[in-house]
Amino acid sequence: MKKIMISLQMFFLHLAVMAGVTYLIRAVPLVLCRGEVSNRFLRSFLAYVPYAVLGAMTFPAILYSTDGLASSAAGTITALVLAFCRKGLLTVALGACAASFLVKAVMLL
Amino acid sequence: MKDFKWGMRNGIPIALGYVSVSFTFGLMAVSAGMGWWQAVLISMANLTSAGQFAGLDIMIAGGTLVEMALSQLIINLRYALMSLSLSQKVDKTVNTFSRFVIGMGITDEIFAVAMSRDRKVSRNYMFGLIAVPYIGWAGGTLAGAVVGGILPEMLRSALGIAIYGMFLAIIIPKARESSAYMKVIIAAAVLSCAFRWVPFLNKVSSGFVIIICAVAASVIGALLYPLPEE
Repeated sequence: MKKIMISLQMFFLHLAVMAGVTYLIRAVPLVLCRGEVSNRFLRSFLAYVPYAVLGAMTFPAILYSTDGLASSAAGTITALVLAFCRKGLLTVALGACAASFLVKAVMLL
Repeated sequence: MKDFKWGMRNGIPIALGYVSVSFTFGLMAVSAGMGWWQAVLISMANLTSAGQFAGLDIMIAGGTLVEMALSQLIINLRYALMSLSLSQKVDKTVNTFSRFVIGMGITDEIFAVAMSRDRKVSRNYMFGLIAVPYIGWAGGTLAGAVVGGILPEMLRSALGIAIYGMFLAIIIPKARESSAYMKVIIAAAVLSCAFRWVPFLNKVSSGFVIIICAVAASVIGALLYPLPEE
């Protein structure tokens, strides 16, 4: 993985922006809005956003997430199968780790 | 007090899931050259998985503050919707001050558990439900940052896939249950692959790629498959 040499000043600026934006997004609607979102397009857009974000973050990054394509692919397939069977977050995450670890170990033999 | 205990009890499984993912975050932050306290500070100030991993990427790549703000806005925009829904679910013990506190703790899992209660949720219940995962998230980050480095390289490499496994555990069941969500997810994933592999497109920085893919796929979804009228 690439190493960073971020200055402390830049780190705190980034941290403040990151935490500030994230907090405002979460707190402002809860504090201000006591009615329902009625615009259908906006409602649909907001409903799709989380899943689109996770889809875009997962692919193709998952294929580069361990230090070899074979171990990443094994972890990906395992995670897809476990998630398809509606296993919990922890099970799927650890299952993917275990599968890529095993493939790595077998390749070293 | 009874509500607080119930909240804490419901928060335990969430916290267990968070420990494994935040462990990876701590490990990644430190192996990218950060101090352990920086990793823990990021986790304590944000309490968000996808946003923190993207934020770390931007810091590593030396991205700008605008990129940071925009990527957090887009990645975490879903919390605004959850925050809105949650505002309909809380009872009258939740005053304005506690809304500011609860706002800090809205995550996919905490939101999902709170909304699955068969009645309105109280202030103390929400505080308990948030406290346990929060400790798990911060503690897991600390553990990953401090002891992650002594794990064998092979194990560290395998842990890198944990966060994506968790993401799949969130999106795949949703895709199974609704073909509209499935199409939106596939559209976002295909676009994201294009930004990685197609010449010229792969010059766009990773923060913006997620913004572009998520907005495009969600707009397509909202136009083609609007949610049913309420």
